[in-house]
Amino acid sequence: MSLPRSDQSGHSDISLGTAFHRLGSPPSVYRLATQLTPWFAWAAVACFGIGLYGALVVAPPDYQQGHAYRIIFVHVPAAWLSMAVYVVFAIAGAVGLIWHIKVGFIVARTSALIGATYTFLALATGSIWGKPMWGAWWVWDARLTSELVLLLLYLGYLALDSAIDDRRTAGRAGAVLALVGLVNLPIIHYSVEWWNTLHQGATVTKLGAPSIHIDMLVPLLIMGIAFKMHYLTVLMLGVRAGLLKQEKRASWVKTLSPAR
Amino acid sequence: MVGLIVVGCTIATGLALLALRENINLFFSPSQIVDGTAPSNTTIRLGGMVVSGSIQRGENLGVTFVLTDLAEQVTVAYEGILPDLFREGQGIVTQGKLDSSGRFLAQQVLAKHDETYMPPEVNDALRKVMAVDQ
Repeated sequence: MSLPRSDQSGHSDISLGTAFHRLGSPPSVYRLATQLTPWFAWAAVACFGIGLYGALVVAPPDYQQGHAYRIIFVHVPAAWLSMAVYVVFAIAGAVGLIWHIKVGFIVARTSALIGATYTFLALATGSIWGKPMWGAWWVWDARLTSELVLLLLYLGYLALDSAIDDRRTAGRAGAVLALVGLVNLPIIHYSVEWWNTLHQGATVTKLGAPSIHIDMLVPLLIMGIAFKMHYLTVLMLGVRAGLLKQEKRASWVKTLSPAR
Repeated sequence: MVGLIVVGCTIATGLALLALRENINLFFSPSQIVDGTAPSNTTIRLGGMVVSGSIQRGENLGVTFVLTDLAEQVTVAYEGILPDLFREGQGIVTQGKLDSSGRFLAQQVLAKHDETYMPPEVNDALRKVMAVDQ
């Protein structure tokens, strides 16, 4: 019993599979997450500081929207991350489903919570901006509707996850739902090209040069990195909490000193 | 198994969207209003560009303007607060009904903008360059 109890250690094939499972074992993931947390947290603080200064002070006003366009410095990174987090969410679920690595389910669950928050933030900031600029809080155009479907996918996953008591069954069922929802990502991205939407087309994530002035683009990209660092920080905290909850009876948890 | 789920859902959704494609008709153009393609007496959307110099303010918040698709023109009447992006030459979408005289009574006016973001000075410089070219 000196070795940490790894989940699903019944696999007999040595080589890559074993190394993979050891890497994904709860104690090593917990240790890694603990070490990485301050790095991500400080990077997030630094990027938010520089990014917000650039966005609110340095960046010039827009020729059409004046200062009101500055909401994009929150809206756009939140929308980017709402989709990027979904990719991590679905891949982590698939890892749990295929290789029976429970950490995958914990990463998926934590990511779903954060992803739902970003999706809500993107929808809310877009709505607040949309009322004065477009003339409506909400329009059923393809971009807005597909982003709302993304929020419903996240919320549906969270509801499903909390409705099933057995953690393994909940993780597997949720992972299937996450994979099914993956089809929504290209729909969100290309909705502004495929259909005639009220939402604008892509400014940055398109082929060719971004159609935004460099003084606005740089703070936007820094804010994008800030959001990514924020996601990773919260993910590390969530994974640590999830591991402690799941492995509360394991020997490696008992050896953790209470002072930490 | 996992691959099957992803591929299967993608194909199913793709087919459904392909079938819906014809129906996702966001708005009618002024030409469709004039030639009678658009139904009257029912709420529809009309999209087009605001004709320069056509905006006329009436009493209270009443306003009329002309929308064009560069082929036909339709006069739109609206009462309410126009969006900040509403201006001459701007592409907009309105929702409302056609009256018997061919005027469009809008209940909602939505302004569309493109994906370009730049400082006012850059826009002024661009306009000067274009004026010199012409």
